[in-house]
Amino acid sequence: MAITSIKNLKEFSTNNDRFEGAHTLCPGCAHSMIVRELMNCTDDNLVISSNTGCLEVSTAVYPFTSWDTSWIHIGFENAATAVTGAEAMHKARKRKGTLKDNDAPVKFVAFGGDGSTYDIGFQWLSGAVERGHDFTYICLDNENYANTGGQRSSATPIGATTSTAQAGTHSYGKKEKKKDLVAIMAAHGAPYVAQLAPNKWKSMAKGFQKALETEGPCFINTVSPCTTEWRFDPKDTILLTDLATDTLMFPLYEIIDGHELNILYRPKNVLKVEDYLGAQGRYKHLFKPENRHVIEQIQKNINEYWDMLQRREEARI
Amino acid sequence: MAEKFDIQDREVWDGNYAASQALRQARVDVVAAYPITPSTPIVENYGAYVANGYVDGEFVMVESEHAAMSGCVGASAAGGRVATATSSQGFALMAEVLYQASGMRLPIVLTVVNRALASPLNVRGDHADMYMGRDSGWIQMDAFNSQEAYDLTLCAFKIGEDHAVRLPVMVHQDGFITSHTAQNVYPLQDDKAYDFIGDFKPVDDLLDFSRPVTYGAQTEEDWHFEHKAKQHKALMDSRPVIDAVFEEFEKLTGRKYNRVESYNMEDAEVVIVALGTTVETAIVAAQQLREEEGIKAGVVAIRCFRPFPFDQVREALKGAKSIAVLDRSSPGGAMGAFFNEVSAALYTTDTRPLVTNYIYGLGGRDFSIDEAKRIFKEQKAHADAGYITTDIQQFSGLRGPKLGYFQTQRG
Ligand SMILES: Cc1ncc(C[n+]2csc(CCOP(=O)(O)OP(=O)(O)O)c2C)c(N)n1
Ligand code: SF4
Repeated sequence: MAITSIKNLKEFSTNNDRFEGAHTLCPGCAHSMIVRELMNCTDDNLVISSNTGCLEVSTAVYPFTSWDTSWIHIGFENAATAVTGAEAMHKARKRKGTLKDNDAPVKFVAFGGDGSTYDIGFQWLSGAVERGHDFTYICLDNENYANTGGQRSSATPIGATTSTAQAGTHSYGKKEKKKDLVAIMAAHGAPYVAQLAPNKWKSMAKGFQKALETEGPCFINTVSPCTTEWRFDPKDTILLTDLATDTLMFPLYEIIDGHELNILYRPKNVLKVEDYLGAQGRYKHLFKPENRHVIEQIQKNINEYWDMLQRREEARI
Repeated sequence: MAEKFDIQDREVWDGNYAASQALRQARVDVVAAYPITPSTPIVENYGAYVANGYVDGEFVMVESEHAAMSGCVGASAAGGRVATATSSQGFALMAEVLYQASGMRLPIVLTVVNRALASPLNVRGDHADMYMGRDSGWIQMDAFNSQEAYDLTLCAFKIGEDHAVRLPVMVHQDGFITSHTAQNVYPLQDDKAYDFIGDFKPVDDLLDFSRPVTYGAQTEEDWHFEHKAKQHKALMDSRPVIDAVFEEFEKLTGRKYNRVESYNMEDAEVVIVALGTTVETAIVAAQQLREEEGIKAGVVAIRCFRPFPFDQVREALKGAKSIAVLDRSSPGGAMGAFFNEVSAALYTTDTRPLVTNYIYGLGGRDFSIDEAKRIFKEQKAHADAGYITTDIQQFSGLRGPKLGYFQTQRG
């Protein structure tokens, strides 16, 4: 059943989907929630590729697979190109009439972590989007290289401690700002780009559907709290996501054709970023007196970014 | 349907054009490619076929060679015919994905126009890239001229896509010497070429949704070993298929290919073993030496570098007294890679001929008939003495003082 016909979360969560539960992601990992939303929001045939990372190593360990759909993994960086190769083959075979079912709708989707998307696979993603293939790329943004044990990526925010950008006596953790990949992908002229979160499951499903239905390359960034590296209780994944969206640390918006920006969620009460930072282990050191200025800096950045988003929404640029 | 391309029974083609015509005639579904000297004209020619409607597959000009092979992997898993071309640095950038393609048993055809690997940067031909691919689980075939570049590319599709094989295939040709030198080529008409290769018959097709497949799963010590063993077996088992395809091709064209080619080997005592365009140079040198000096010289060439024709190499060389194995690639602190393979085959023969290793032609350095004659004469000296009279490894055609390595006790 497609999510379009599902009214509430209970119905959704008990839906028989094409991503089987028997995977080995950590309890509380948001990756699986996001993948299931994608699988459940459409009835179309799916060809999915995955970059190397937590999702891939936990869902297809021979002789088992969690994927009850066409699925391919080749490397850490090239899932975008692999799925667009399949998309090109689909076009060629459709034209030549060599498909089993020539008229069945097929959607092409690539999943990558933030490491594979923001860093090592950035070139492959950029190239595939520039070439205009009809596919959707979904980044599972847990802001670190979780599968190799929590190293920094260019998606890691200022102040987080990671195994390669550690907080210590001479450091408050990562010093550089998170790369604004959503803006970069919008600047590619992709027809649909969005930032979504699994706590807002209906808007996430809508965003996914829009991306799948839009012809051409679409990019979606999704916040994916990582219980292991962010250090919080596995039962609190959605709580952490709520805090991420309500502090505007992770604002939800879409950009259509590179210019039309729509904010998808406006918190009634915008919370202070401290509430979000304090709920997880990776920012604990920021609450020491000598690091308070980093929290202030993060709050300032959030305010400025939110201001910018609102102005862009108003101005339609 | 693609536009008809008029083709004569005899054309004047260089190796790149020959390879691109084979891709056109194979009606490849997806070509994903990136330019690099000296294989660039292959993708340019293909671009011209696309622009003029001579092909009806998809042509994806990606942003790098790594992406070219990545796109080929996705496309091949989606159940159609796939090809690309590259050289040197592009080949090196593809290296990661070469293993992924063969591990997933995808019958991609890759035309490799051989070229040196930097540094120093050099666009001319040697075999550094060919040897870099030797453990990647691909079938590797070697063309010695433009005709063969065309013929072997057609054969490559038929071999790789055979359901008993299902492996990717590289067809090598020498940078510039083959790729940019025009000569007479006798092509097949389109329908004949296509009939020979046949339609692509998918197995485990990503686009067959009645039976979803998982490609590229993870394995650790529990299964990885078994997968690699099966992959090796598939490579070894491709040998009769290669022979059968060559036989069928001979029936069609009269042109006979063997996994190991022998020239003047009936009574040869001194032999050059080589790859690529060097083979033809060595054959001329051998013939001249036979006429001029009565030296019983012969040439053995490896057509199919992977799977390595171990038995056939042994058989071809069993009468030889002294053998020079020519490596067109830097040995990198050891004996040449090709030398090691040929010597391994010879080690198990009863006759155990003398074997030496010549490093030559790096970065496009010319390899002349005179040079080949000089090598033959050195072999003759070894054969007459009954032992190796020079260093076992030496550089041939190098400017400056002679470089030789690895001596044996003489006499
Ligand atoms: C070319 C290459 N470099 C490095 C690695 C090692 N590696 C595997 S997964 C991974 C990190 C994955 O991080 P991310 O993409 O953020 O996904 P996550 O595991 O966090 O979901 C790394 C560094 C690799 N597999 N391939
Ligand atoms: S380490 Fe993090 S991202 Fe990886 S499976 Fe566990 S919770 Fe998920």
